[in-house]
Amino acid sequence: MQPPSEHVHWLFATGFLLLGLCLLGEAIVGTEVWRRRAWRAYLWPGLVFALGVLMWPVMTFYTNSAIHMLAHGSWAQMLMIAGAAELGLARGKLHSQWWRLAVAAGFVVSGTALLVHEQNTWFFQRSSFLHHLMGWTIVIAAVFPLARAIRPLSQVAATGFALTFVVASVMLYCDRDVAPVFGRISPLAGTPHR
Amino acid sequence: MNAELVSELKAPLQRAATRARIVSALGPATVLGGVGWALVQPYRVTLLHPRAQGFWWLFVEPPLLVIAAGLFFYFVVLPGLLEDLEEEHATAQ
Repeated sequence: MQPPSEHVHWLFATGFLLLGLCLLGEAIVGTEVWRRRAWRAYLWPGLVFALGVLMWPVMTFYTNSAIHMLAHGSWAQMLMIAGAAELGLARGKLHSQWWRLAVAAGFVVSGTALLVHEQNTWFFQRSSFLHHLMGWTIVIAAVFPLARAIRPLSQVAATGFALTFVVASVMLYCDRDVAPVFGRISPLAGTPHR
Repeated sequence: MNAELVSELKAPLQRAATRARIVSALGPATVLGGVGWALVQPYRVTLLHPRAQGFWWLFVEPPLLVIAAGLFFYFVVLPGLLEDLEEEHATAQ
């Protein structure tokens, strides 16, 4: 009954896509308009928190090595902390804009977790390539939440932050358990399927 | 007496209209992306060939998930957002 890991990637991709769409919506209309309805203010921070919670079953059921468990576990914690900090800001329980740094920290931890738990080289197979690419993308894209914390009204920071989730969702949708990348696949990877 | 030029008065109105147009396009663009993907890689939509497919292969179909995300944004998030954008603009005027 356990889903193949590629299906888990696609489900998370959908969560990331929704997150990206909501953040893009907020970047376009502005935070003031976006937060006019309470449910909308909580929508994306709640989604981040929920994705963090859902990372725990991933940690539990997809632990094929200690490094996987540590990566998924730290990832789950950081997503929950980042989501909780943004929920606190949206609710007005937290006041300092520096709480937004939790999301920047979440990006750095998530990117590092992706890089650390991928033990194969870039061109071993598609999922290896995507883990490396996503890891570096998210680590570098940490500048957007960082800029968002320093300059909350920056349109560039808000748009870059939103687009990072859209790009990450595209990469997650491309993930397959065993598949070639640019026509290359290691014979050790197994037999690819469509 | 209002000393602003007509073009200055029109600028915020145009900005609001542009923002409304862009945000309205997000959902349909996502749906279009999903439909395009389904056409390019029909084998990713297992509903088209459901025989001998397990539960997860039938439940998780990436192009359909993309379409669902676009529809969710368009039908659930967008209507209220457009109302609030209009309201904010009216208040500003």
